[in-house]
Amino acid sequence: MRAISPIKDELMTFTEEPNAIPAVEMRDITLRFPGVLANDHVNFTLYPGEIHALLGENGAGKSTLMNVLTGLYKPQSGEIRIHGKKVSFNSPRDAIANGIGMVHQHFMLVENQTVTENILIGLDTPHFALNLKKFDHEISDLADQFGIHIDPTAKIWQLSVGEQQRVEILKILYRGANILIMDEPTAVLAPQEADELIETLKGMAAQGKSIAFISHKLNEVKQVADKLTVLRRGRVTAERMDLENFTRESLASLMVGREVIFNLQKCEQTAGREVLRLEDVSAVNNKNLPALRNVDLALHEGEILGIAGVAGNGQSELVEVITGLRECTGNVWLEGKNIANKPPAFSISHGLAHIPEDRIGVGSAPNLSLTSNIIMKRYDQKPVSQKWQLDYVAADSLADGLKTEYDIQAPNVQTQARKLSGGNLQKLILARELSSAPRLVVAMQPTRGLDVGAIESVQQLLLNQRAQGCAILLVSEDLDELLSLSDRIAVMYEGHVVGTICSGDFDINQIGLMMTGTIPQDLKSPSSVEDSSGSNENSSISAPSSRFDEVLDHVKSFEESSSPSEEADQSVTPPEEPSEEDLPPSEILPEEDPELNLSEKERVLRKVLGEKYQQGDVE
Amino acid sequence: MNWIEIFRSGISTGTVLLIAAIGETLTERSGIQNLGVEGMMLVGAMAGFKVAYQSGNVWLGLLAAIAAGGLLSLAHALVTIHFQADQTVSGLSLTFLGTGLALVLGDGLTGMTAPVIPSFTIPLLSQVPYLGPVAFANHNLLVYVGYLLVPLSWYYIHKTRPGLHLRAVGENPAAADTLGVNIYRTRYLYTFIGGCFAGLAGAAISVAIAPGWYSNLTVNGQGWIAVALVIFAHWNPWRVALGGYLFGVLRRFTLDLQGPRLLFGLANPFFFNTNLVFFLQMAPYILTIIALIWGSSAARKKRIGSPAALGVPYQRGERGL
Repeated sequence: MRAISPIKDELMTFTEEPNAIPAVEMRDITLRFPGVLANDHVNFTLYPGEIHALLGENGAGKSTLMNVLTGLYKPQSGEIRIHGKKVSFNSPRDAIANGIGMVHQHFMLVENQTVTENILIGLDTPHFALNLKKFDHEISDLADQFGIHIDPTAKIWQLSVGEQQRVEILKILYRGANILIMDEPTAVLAPQEADELIETLKGMAAQGKSIAFISHKLNEVKQVADKLTVLRRGRVTAERMDLENFTRESLASLMVGREVIFNLQKCEQTAGREVLRLEDVSAVNNKNLPALRNVDLALHEGEILGIAGVAGNGQSELVEVITGLRECTGNVWLEGKNIANKPPAFSISHGLAHIPEDRIGVGSAPNLSLTSNIIMKRYDQKPVSQKWQLDYVAADSLADGLKTEYDIQAPNVQTQARKLSGGNLQKLILARELSSAPRLVVAMQPTRGLDVGAIESVQQLLLNQRAQGCAILLVSEDLDELLSLSDRIAVMYEGHVVGTICSGDFDINQIGLMMTGTIPQDLKSPSSVEDSSGSNENSSISAPSSRFDEVLDHVKSFEESSSPSEEADQSVTPPEEPSEEDLPPSEILPEEDPELNLSEKERVLRKVLGEKYQQGDVE
Repeated sequence: MNWIEIFRSGISTGTVLLIAAIGETLTERSGIQNLGVEGMMLVGAMAGFKVAYQSGNVWLGLLAAIAAGGLLSLAHALVTIHFQADQTVSGLSLTFLGTGLALVLGDGLTGMTAPVIPSFTIPLLSQVPYLGPVAFANHNLLVYVGYLLVPLSWYYIHKTRPGLHLRAVGENPAAADTLGVNIYRTRYLYTFIGGCFAGLAGAAISVAIAPGWYSNLTVNGQGWIAVALVIFAHWNPWRVALGGYLFGVLRRFTLDLQGPRLLFGLANPFFFNTNLVFFLQMAPYILTIIALIWGSSAARKKRIGSPAALGVPYQRGERGL
């Protein structure tokens, strides 16, 4: 095998092919959308029993290429062969008939129908009357065959994201598909769910299914795939490569077209005066249940406060309370003004910037132009506002400037926001929020679903704000991100802030334990933890009653319903993590609680931390 | 007051709403909102009456009404599905178009008499105390058709393959599309069916329940009530029936309330004060609004809101690149 160096613009082709007929052979596929060349003479080959990764940034044309294969788009040129036979697809129905099925990134499920009903859509077999009971059985049999656990009578909205994805997989398996396309399947999954998915996929490949795996996560690709094809801006930059030849850095440069720095430049600085203070804040969630319970937090100039926690422990409600989108009790002080229960406009005028989790629904108006989205917070200020009129020339030039400054890839500022890829949409939101010189930035999941290049620039933008003395509240489920960006991390569990850790004392295991609601014994020192639930910041922690048992029950019931691949899970080699070196060697695990034995504790940690737990555990 | 008669004719009036609202339910379930029900009903009423009057055959009139309503709805389908225009605007225009068409083509029909749909009594069922005389005695055929329509349409929507596709198209057209369901064909079909039902509902007035042509007073806003009824009923035929009959009974009751001089031994205010009568006539509509507000907030709690893609044109490949 020849050594591969990260060549940037040449096409690299790997010629040694197995002696079999490819399941899929796409040649010279070209597809042009108005204003964009989405696929430019792309080749893609997939052999039976193979997991072939398709890597590229958002907007590189990966999903488009696969939508061509599923018959959703018709290419302007090029040919497709399935098992050696030339085909031409006019609709998804033709692709299904040829055994091709796709699990879309945004699930294609009907929320208020049952699992079985969703699987039966579009089929001819129940001719008129639906005998759901009979099909429920068929589907649970099929699920068992591939080790997938699902209740066929459940409605989709009752299922977790991971379960919904299993429905999508079942949907295509039920159609007898032997070519499966997975479009960024792990983007929406928690680490342990992702591991389960990868096991399922490997099992299916072993049964002879061919799997195309779209991703922009380098670690994951190395973990799951046999072969690799890389796309950049609609072109193939590496075709059918073996994965051993690549390092993380060379893969990244193939994708992005330049070197990607994995270690962010974060300057040392001390926090300034207080910008945000929450006093005894409580709030309820949409179901009227308590979501925030007596939260006290403080945030200072030039400081990033990370909020860690398993999803749904009050993080969204915390952000909504601070940004004025949710009613609360207690006080929220921003620059000395109480902004609790005040309209968002009030907080904005006092220096609040909000980078919401839902970029399309909350963060932007998808049908409006870039310009309109940019001026949403300053339409009433000069130069955009001219008395009672809007100066669109000024607005366009403002938007144009920010488009260049924030490197937003779009034909022009009149482009509708919904036509942007995820990373560019996020940059648009950042451009609007950060250009108003905020005092406080509230960012929720700012890099979720973005590709490496975009993640790097979003994180760097946040660090630049920090350097300028802005206070930043960063809510993320990505622990690596929190560890590398935050000055302090507050861990939330069931609406409480369990504890706050300063950057010198970061330890992934301790944070993981706190995410389950427990405070480890060795954390009970005033130097490492500020007690946020008490009034005195430096008092030692008064542990809320341990909810460990409760968590264990959850974990037990979860395990009963999930695939029994616990052992296999652990054998997966941990991918390289850039932040690994920065971590202090893992502290010994906390002293045993008399009520618990260690192995159960370990299981909780595995569930919470996924693969990261093992890295800490290796030492 | 004759309670049996109030309920009996209430059911008769409610049948008109029931037929139109079930048609609109099917249309909206596919994701198309057609606010032109009033116009389509008026065209149906006119066509039904005119053909029955000129041919002397009421069944031909019924067919003509169905065809007229269906044809008019195709205009809405073309504009909203093919050209992706705003469904509210198109639906409102359809009402104007339908009203205008019906008034022009129905010129000179006022005061004429035409054959009507036969009425009959169902032998055994009409003997059931209270229910029999109300629901099964001396009704015209369309009332009985209405009884069958409710369970049949419910079964169709929830328990059959085409019904599954219908719901999928209205909830998540992109999902249905990836599974090979033809979104455009489905939406055309159910918009057409909804139009046919509206036409039939119009004819149910002009050749069955209140025979005759009284220009645009023939339908008199019932198309709008039908649209509201669909929302009140959360797109469920059983609740459509409940709401339709309830509204019919209320309307009849407010009429009967104006009749007697004495009410519970006192002077009937509605007989002597004409201003109060206006409020009485408003009552069913006010109750409709209250029911709508109550219904939609109850629906949100139970996650049985409108079809998720209602009013949204479908175009492939809209998302991202």
